[in-house]
Amino acid sequence: MSAWIMAAFMLTAAVGAVMVILHRNPVYSALSLVLTMFALSAIYVMLGAYFVAVAQALVYAGAIVVLFLFVIMLLNLRSQKPLKESLGLRAAVGALLGALFIGVAAGTMWTVLKPELLAQTADTFKDEGHTESLARLLFQNHLVPFEAVSLILLAALIGVVVLIRFHGRPPSDNTEESNDA
Amino acid sequence: MTPELTYRLCLTLSAVLFTVGVAGVLIRRNAIVIFMCIELMLNAANLAFVTFSRHLGVLNGQAVVFFVMAVAAAEVAVGLAIIVTVFRTRSSVNVDELKLLRR
Repeated sequence: MSAWIMAAFMLTAAVGAVMVILHRNPVYSALSLVLTMFALSAIYVMLGAYFVAVAQALVYAGAIVVLFLFVIMLLNLRSQKPLKESLGLRAAVGALLGALFIGVAAGTMWTVLKPELLAQTADTFKDEGHTESLARLLFQNHLVPFEAVSLILLAALIGVVVLIRFHGRPPSDNTEESNDA
Repeated sequence: MTPELTYRLCLTLSAVLFTVGVAGVLIRRNAIVIFMCIELMLNAANLAFVTFSRHLGVLNGQAVVFFVMAVAAAEVAVGLAIIVTVFRTRSSVNVDELKLLRR
């Protein structure tokens, strides 16, 4: 039963990803992206990665895609002339190369995963509540990268404010722009 | 479904998501959709990390996924701000028309 549910979520994720690149309207692309993110979140739950699953739903489906939708609606792309995107020969060659890549990658995965590796590690996660052990890992072994990530987020925050505030002025004053370049 | 079949299917899905992301970056011309495809590729890497973390029984992969998510959030915020800024001067998000960053 759970195998079929997992397969259904995998199919949903793959179909959603394909819809992202095939829809002409970017709003539909963003909504397909939400579908993919939620399906991946469900797959994470079934893989036992509960913290990652919740973070996936909150950060990706909750924040990032909403930001995408917000920008799409802010720019009001409908009023522009629709992008002429020809998907003829390029898409055919791309599909061929993509199928080749998927074949090579999947073939590698199917041969590299050894069942005997599984036997010794199968239920390591069942020992303790593993969000707790993940937190220990993050705050003990990976403390420096964790702090670096907080700096990256702060830099992104300041960078966005600077970009929008100074570069968005009317073309007359160019002095500010040369300053933050 | 046996565990190793689950892991193999997850890694295959990861390969599929990554390939779809690359294909989207290559064939689409809308800068916003290109950003979504970059998110797809990051998610494919995350899925591979979580699968291998489960497969090998160590949590380090999930810690890396946490960092990837944080960096992806920062990247999207800055990238969309750049797109908005470019759109104000060019009135277009078609990457074929964006050969220069200045006016």
